Amino acid sequence: MKITREMIDHVAKLARLKFGERELEGFISQLNEILQYVEKLNELDTSGVPPTSHMFFEKTPMREDKVRDVPSPTDKLIENAPRREENFYVVPRVIE
Amino acid sequence: MNKDRVKDLALLPAHRLHELIVSGETTSLEITESVLANIERRDPVIKAYLTVLRDSALRAADRVDRKVKAGERINPLSGIPLALKDNMCMIGTETTCSSRILKGFVSPYDAAVVERLLAVDSVIVGKTNLDEFAMGSSTENSAFGPTRNPWDPERAPGGSSGGSAAAVTAGEAILALGSDTGGSIRQPAAFCGIVGLKPTYGRVSRYGLVAFASSLDQIGPLTRDVTDCALLMNVIGGHDSRDSTSAEIECPNFTKSLTTDIRGLKMGVPREYFQEGLDPEVERSIKGAIKLLEEFGAESVEISLPHYGYALAVYYIVAPAEASSNLARYDGVKYGYRHPERENLLDMYCKTKSEGFGPEVKRRIMLGTFALSSGYYDAYYLKAQKVRTLIKNDFDQAFKKCDIVMIPTTPTPAFLIGEKVDDPLQMYLSDVFTLSVNLTGLPGMVIPCGFSSGRLPIGLQMIGRAFDEKTLFRAAYTFEQNTDHHKQTPDFSKIER
Repeated sequence: MKITREMIDHVAKLARLKFGERELEGFISQLNEILQYVEKLNELDTSGVPPTSHMFFEKTPMREDKVRDVPSPTDKLIENAPRREENFYVVPRVIE
Repeated sequence: MNKDRVKDLALLPAHRLHELIVSGETTSLEITESVLANIERRDPVIKAYLTVLRDSALRAADRVDRKVKAGERINPLSGIPLALKDNMCMIGTETTCSSRILKGFVSPYDAAVVERLLAVDSVIVGKTNLDEFAMGSSTENSAFGPTRNPWDPERAPGGSSGGSAAAVTAGEAILALGSDTGGSIRQPAAFCGIVGLKPTYGRVSRYGLVAFASSLDQIGPLTRDVTDCALLMNVIGGHDSRDSTSAEIECPNFTKSLTTDIRGLKMGVPREYFQEGLDPEVERSIKGAIKLLEEFGAESVEISLPHYGYALAVYYIVAPAEASSNLARYDGVKYGYRHPERENLLDMYCKTKSEGFGPEVKRRIMLGTFALSSGYYDAYYLKAQKVRTLIKNDFDQAFKKCDIVMIPTTPTPAFLIGEKVDDPLQMYLSDVFTLSVNLTGLPGMVIPCGFSSGRLPIGLQMIGRAFDEKTLFRAAYTFEQNTDHHKQTPDFSKIER
């Protein structure tokens, strides 16, 4: 499996990243080197082996749905916004 | 008190300082001031800190001293200066993750570990440098420049918790917290000659830790000795309902495990870890440590972890995949850096991310996005998750024959800054001994066990059964009581201004 220019462009679009030409060339060869290394997983027969995502995780813990003290009031959270108006986040226009 | 004595204070372990505070021979203020003096003197070279919390640290120290004067009982960590890796939130402090994309972000709440530390009057001195979003093995991937190893400033302190490890080693903190996703506590502990523990997955709450790879991340201590490690675990360990992966298992008092009775302890020595690529000085040192523990009654058995050679490949699918999902949130809307683009929302996202993230983070987002993308998910991500099961089964089998697994932490002692930074795969390979512990969720502890001929520290790594940190503490304490590697300090004249 070799990553092509078209695939890289597609993945960059999914990841919302943009690269310059030179940066892109570097990425293609580095990602190919890493993926080539990862190919070694195909040496193993994993048919019938269940996948593991979490080690000691049995079930999603449930809790009562009740109002608790919030660690931080809304205005403290929104103070971190790079652009805001009153208690709203400001973003470029989404709908014409 | 003369100057030399003050300098020595900042190099003592927390449990010794606690005795001195309680007996009235010193005060938290005096200890904190000597730590701050070391930061002033050494951090221009070492660059362990991104933020120094001078005023709040001095206030916290003063509070402890007044409690002691009033005869109140204090926790062993009360009044002891501690450094926090800058991917953990603390109210009112910037949490940068060493990334430009979090520019200006001020933590609106305390991480669970910070809450617990503040509850025992720990003196938080500052926030330390890391590889951007904890992705790296040398701290060179920090947007704010690399941290340097106090043993040799030309060398890396390891990573990603390199700032925390270097701070403890240089007397710029007494103890520190790091996070470990693929070795980020243990590898810097080995490179800097201190104790590092990655607790069992679920042992320490991650509420308030900035997520990198959620099925692997765990917070843990970096300390001068094993006793301090136990004291810090006693404060930070235990269930927290705000972290849904936090284990509902009682956290023992780890100081009770600080005994030197290891008779009958079975140490598994996996043959796969002692093959080509391992530096002969590292090998000699690790084998010497195993031999010493045998002299005190432990028994070594040869074991096999046959899928060891696949851990790196699994890790570099699983970790980037999870990272690409976790890092999607940095889009310039709610916090951190935003590109000034005002016309197009999609362009704003793209420009913000592309300028805000550094090259290694972008590389991993690309790799992870690819591994999860339609058409490749089964071949990469699912395949990796299946091999992860095989690695876990290896350890399950091994722990039928032994109580603890003994391996090196790193193939070589600390490498030079710049040596691997242009070759991602070479950098990844430096983590080859530490990754399995994260993939299996098991606890792993590193303790100093020797020095190279160039006077660089070497770390022994011990892996235990899930939630059995107690056995690690017992073996580590026995080793430490019979050696003096942990008492060695670097030549500070080389790193002082």
